[in-house]
Amino acid sequence: MENKAEINVEEGLNTEIEINEEFGNKLNVTSNKRPISELDSSTEEKKKTEALLKVEDISLSFTQYASGLRQTKLNIISNLSLEAHSGEILAVVGSSGSGKSLLAHAILGILPSNAKLDGKIEYKGRILTQEKKKELRGKEIALVPQSVNYLDPLMRISDQVIGDVAEEDEKLMKNLQRKIFQRYDLKPEVDKMLPHELSGGMARRVLVSTAIISSAKLIIADEPTPGLDEKTLNETLSYFKDMADNRCAVILITHDIEAALKISDKIAVFYAGTVLEVANARDFKNNGENLRHPYTRALWNALPQNGFQAIVGHQPMQDEVIDGCVFYERCSKKNDLCSRGIPLLKEIDGGVVRCNNAVSEEIPNSDETSSIHGHELKISAKEVKEV
Amino acid sequence: MLLKGENIRFSYKGDDWVLKDVDISLKSGEVLGLIGDSGSGKSTLCKILSGYENNYQGNVSIDGKEIGKKGYNPVQLVFQHPEKAVNPKWKMKDILNEGHDVSQDILDSFGIKQAWFNRWPNELSGGELQRFALARALSPKTRFLIADEITTMVDTVTQAQIWNTVLDVAEEQNTGVLVVSHDKNLIKHLCHDTIHLDDINNV
Repeated sequence: MENKAEINVEEGLNTEIEINEEFGNKLNVTSNKRPISELDSSTEEKKKTEALLKVEDISLSFTQYASGLRQTKLNIISNLSLEAHSGEILAVVGSSGSGKSLLAHAILGILPSNAKLDGKIEYKGRILTQEKKKELRGKEIALVPQSVNYLDPLMRISDQVIGDVAEEDEKLMKNLQRKIFQRYDLKPEVDKMLPHELSGGMARRVLVSTAIISSAKLIIADEPTPGLDEKTLNETLSYFKDMADNRCAVILITHDIEAALKISDKIAVFYAGTVLEVANARDFKNNGENLRHPYTRALWNALPQNGFQAIVGHQPMQDEVIDGCVFYERCSKKNDLCSRGIPLLKEIDGGVVRCNNAVSEEIPNSDETSSIHGHELKISAKEVKEV
Repeated sequence: MLLKGENIRFSYKGDDWVLKDVDISLKSGEVLGLIGDSGSGKSTLCKILSGYENNYQGNVSIDGKEIGKKGYNPVQLVFQHPEKAVNPKWKMKDILNEGHDVSQDILDSFGIKQAWFNRWPNELSGGELQRFALARALSPKTRFLIADEITTMVDTVTQAQIWNTVLDVAEEQNTGVLVVSHDKNLIKHLCHDTIHLDDINNV
């Protein structure tokens, strides 16, 4: 598969056009050099500034029966905002129980019936209502789930990747499915297999294929990497990088900050149901001095190669009521203000943070070099436009 | 004390060996890393060493003696997914004391709060559940701890918290620890020595 991508770059336009004719732009392997970008550069510019998905100040609560008929409300997500842009990978990082998966469920509209969602979710500038979610999910918005358990155990692989299609489209879809499988090195005999016959790596490629075949514009991957060895991990990550290179917006939900940093443009750090910081991938370096929130810095410095320092304490329980900052208990920089009211969301150095003590720390020189390194993709896209 | 696995062979079917003539040994107080690709048989080896898998060839012994099938097993295994290793219909305090009465010292060092005792497993996060699973496994009678990807599902801060505690307790009780992980940096940081399953497995 990787070989194929390289060939396309070298051969340039011919191969591209061929693929385009057959499948629309679903199967483009390289986006930077594609001729279409010249034609619609103006619309592309618009897309760049406007987020494909905009989550604004949402909160999510569950109603539960406590004892008898007494109901209690459990707040799981509060004051959560983030944006996903086409062509970018946004990693959502945080500990288990911080509400990462529920965010995915909220976007897809698959929350349980006792959940109450407030706030605004916009897709392509329009409010994403429950009806709209139903219409888009599995098509424009696709989920790449965690494991093979999400496949139907009694259905042949190719049938479930293709899904339910009209009879006249069947042949076309079958063709497309085979092309995608070939690209991911899934041999023809895999089409007829059942899920239990797949190895872990094959299963992952099948799950990725289900998202690709739907020609989704927004891909939400929920913990796609835990327990993978290094080779399989890098391979899986490369699939998501591919999708972003093809102008998809990818939301990568994971607790593995190292894996996230390998491919993501931005990292949103979740804690106790809210986003404490959205940082650029390049901010994660050295001792984390460019990071804006103490918790993000703690995550970074707790990596074994960065000192393995553990801060004390726990993420608050879901039923604990907190007046101030959710990180107050564990914060080393807290002051009086932090225990009263939730800190406001601030924009600092190209990132966002919810901390009273965060201030801009401009280090112009080092920042410049790292931005060139970290944002190769963006710069090359710009170059294309200028040409 | 010395935990030893000698000439371990395991297959699900015929000559299709998952493990073939594997030798491994772990001393009291030693922290040993085990690395290997997906499907190289790491978890199978863990299960054999801790008595969960009996259908194998070869020998598992402590100081040359076979491990008895009855009574407390001095080799304890902790899994990647704690939520699958606890009874969902038991409260946390019952789960915690399933194997032995866990001492206050261990509870304190893992930071397990009294307030969690009356909760159900599904009301705790993975990191919190894993603390319970480890406290449950680290009885004074445990001589060897097999840690099969125990922090793969938690964030880095929780990972550092958990491992710092496990290593402290293990040192105090002179427990041998086998650390199974894909994270080479983690293994490098924690372990005295590392073995590569692909190198010792003659498949």
